[in-house]
Amino acid sequence: MPSKEESLYEEYFGHGHITVIESSKGWRMLDLKELWAYRELLWVLTMRDVKVRYKQTVLGVTWAIIQPVMTMIIFTIIFGNLAKLPSDGYPYPIFVYAALVPWTFFANGISTSAGSVVGSANLVSKVYFPRLIIPLSSVGAGLVDLAIASVILLLMMIWYGVGWSVNLLAVPVLLVAVVFTALGVGTLLSALTVSYRDFRYVIPFLTQIWMYSTPVVYSADMVPEKWQWVLFLNPMAGLIDAFRSAFLGKPFDLTAIGMSFAISTVVFICGIAYFEKIERRFADII
Amino acid sequence: MKTATSAGTGAPTVIVSRSIENSTPAIRIESLGKEYIIGRRQSRQTFREMLVSVLGAPMQRLRRLRGKVDEEERFWALKEVSFEVQPGEVVGVIGRNGAGKSTLLKILCRITEPTTGRVKVRGRVASLLEVGTGFHPELTGRENIYLNGAILGMARTEIAGKFDDIVAFAEIERFLDTPVKRYSSGMYVRLAFAVAAHLESEVLLVDEVLAVGDAEFQRKCIGKMSDVAQSGRTVLFVSHNMAAVRRLCHRGIVIESGRVREDRNVESAIASYMSGVDSGMEGDIQPQVDGSRPQFARITLSSTAVNFGDTLIINAALVSPIEVSVAVEVEIHDEKGIPLIYTSTAPMGDALIEVSAGLEKNVRLAVGPLNLASGVYHMYFWLIKPGAEIFHVIREPIRFRIDLSDPEASGFDFKQSYGRGACYTSIRVIDIGEQ
Repeated sequence: MPSKEESLYEEYFGHGHITVIESSKGWRMLDLKELWAYRELLWVLTMRDVKVRYKQTVLGVTWAIIQPVMTMIIFTIIFGNLAKLPSDGYPYPIFVYAALVPWTFFANGISTSAGSVVGSANLVSKVYFPRLIIPLSSVGAGLVDLAIASVILLLMMIWYGVGWSVNLLAVPVLLVAVVFTALGVGTLLSALTVSYRDFRYVIPFLTQIWMYSTPVVYSADMVPEKWQWVLFLNPMAGLIDAFRSAFLGKPFDLTAIGMSFAISTVVFICGIAYFEKIERRFADII
Repeated sequence: MKTATSAGTGAPTVIVSRSIENSTPAIRIESLGKEYIIGRRQSRQTFREMLVSVLGAPMQRLRRLRGKVDEEERFWALKEVSFEVQPGEVVGVIGRNGAGKSTLLKILCRITEPTTGRVKVRGRVASLLEVGTGFHPELTGRENIYLNGAILGMARTEIAGKFDDIVAFAEIERFLDTPVKRYSSGMYVRLAFAVAAHLESEVLLVDEVLAVGDAEFQRKCIGKMSDVAQSGRTVLFVSHNMAAVRRLCHRGIVIESGRVREDRNVESAIASYMSGVDSGMEGDIQPQVDGSRPQFARITLSSTAVNFGDTLIINAALVSPIEVSVAVEVEIHDEKGIPLIYTSTAPMGDALIEVSAGLEKNVRLAVGPLNLASGVYHMYFWLIKPGAEIFHVIREPIRFRIDLSDPEASGFDFKQSYGRGACYTSIRVIDIGEQ
């Protein structure tokens, strides 16, 4: 008797199954089973993005360390030393780096996935597979950089004498939330970029503005209490703040995290739904 | 039991004897239609383009507002297409450029959705729409085999099992760990075809892939294709290469302006297509130039109607992104699509034409004398680097006509339609004697 795995494979790639091709109208449900059947392709495309990223560079994967570390140094000089922003009593470098690690992942994730479908025009117009795999693999490829940057962070924590606390256990959960937010925003932007190439030029500004409206270089506590709810309408604000709490061992702001999770979920659903809605027209308009 | 139509050329009649009760078609297409909206799209591409059109052409906008030009120009690439393909049938889909063949294939492999109608396909579908889909230039041959295989829907274990066959077929053993960007275009195409050809599927959709690579490799591809065709798989084969269609297919479907015009055995379909294309005799072709390789930008015949023994003058414009030395090859086929004449500007690789980067090179060619019977002929042009690379093949034929063929000026008109051949050569009595 075939296993469930095999029968799923058979259903989508097998020799007996029947494909019906017809026009579909309106919103449609995401075919999770199909996506799962194509998981191998997701893996292959993700690995392709990872492998290609630092090909033919002298420093290779070292860039995954240099980029966030350089940003940290620059921010420390400008915001820590010159502007003297408060950093909740922690050394500014580690204060900002703890936020930069998830933020860089998020920002790179949305900007690479935004251009990913247009960048894969040759695939989209030549072969069928669930298009969602393209932005998914772009975000997925960023996880490798994130892992490398996190190792640096853990080492820095030892260097600065910030002990590893139990709060670190929350990191995987927070990471899932960040991944989902990045996927939601990334798929939405990638679908929009197919129809409106303007978004290519919007994204650099978008990520910058978004970063400054997220407590990356400053502390969430700097925002007056009664306006904090506005800050946390941005799902990344609560998540970045929570990441900082997890790494630095501060108490979590559970209201903020709850809000972020809720808004992230909404963003994720909207992004995927819009993508699925216009996915079938990609080959015609790309 | 079902019997597929047999080809008129004595090709074996294919008996498709799958299980008796299982006579459902492999592909069933029911009143399929695909509509494109043209015209409106361009104005939405970027905000800047919109600005340009707003600021730069207010008059045009005014005119448009007053004249109320239908902005949403609708265009049916396919309309009311219905047919069935039985398991094991090998069907050639022929038609002029823009007739809707490629749209049909794109719908069948689910790249684009139809506007109306529906299609039912039984079994796994593999498509060879363009070889090398998803190849990444930075990755090695080995990595690209896995990447391309996964994109085409092969499981990793399946690719691993066929890996050696693929490599052997592509003849790239030595370069397996070299990034494909360092491959010659021939190697690239060979590898790409090899991966796609090893995908096991019930239904195979092929679009013009055989027109790439060198002659040796093309032979190999056709061979592989006939293996596929004989192995009982269902094949839909789109091509302008009538010789390949005739060789591989038993049934031919002629598509014209998005509709099925003819659906019968391959010989009659080809004949019908050939007579159809003759009605439009432009003698001028302007392929799309994408700047990726040396290409023909334009080919014009100075005259589309000549007489026996005349020389045909052809003006060709060549463009290239880099400086190259090229040769032009010409094939002349008769109205049945049978190749008759081959010629080249540099058969031995000497006397090459230099094309500078970015400049259009105009070449005037004289082909002839043409000792041909009266009737219609099809010319195909190849831009090549002799013995090394094929840059561009014009698969849409340029047609010309021989109006009068009276080789000996005796008042006799030698016509293709007599079915006695199309080339004439003189014969003389050099000795006569009695015993």
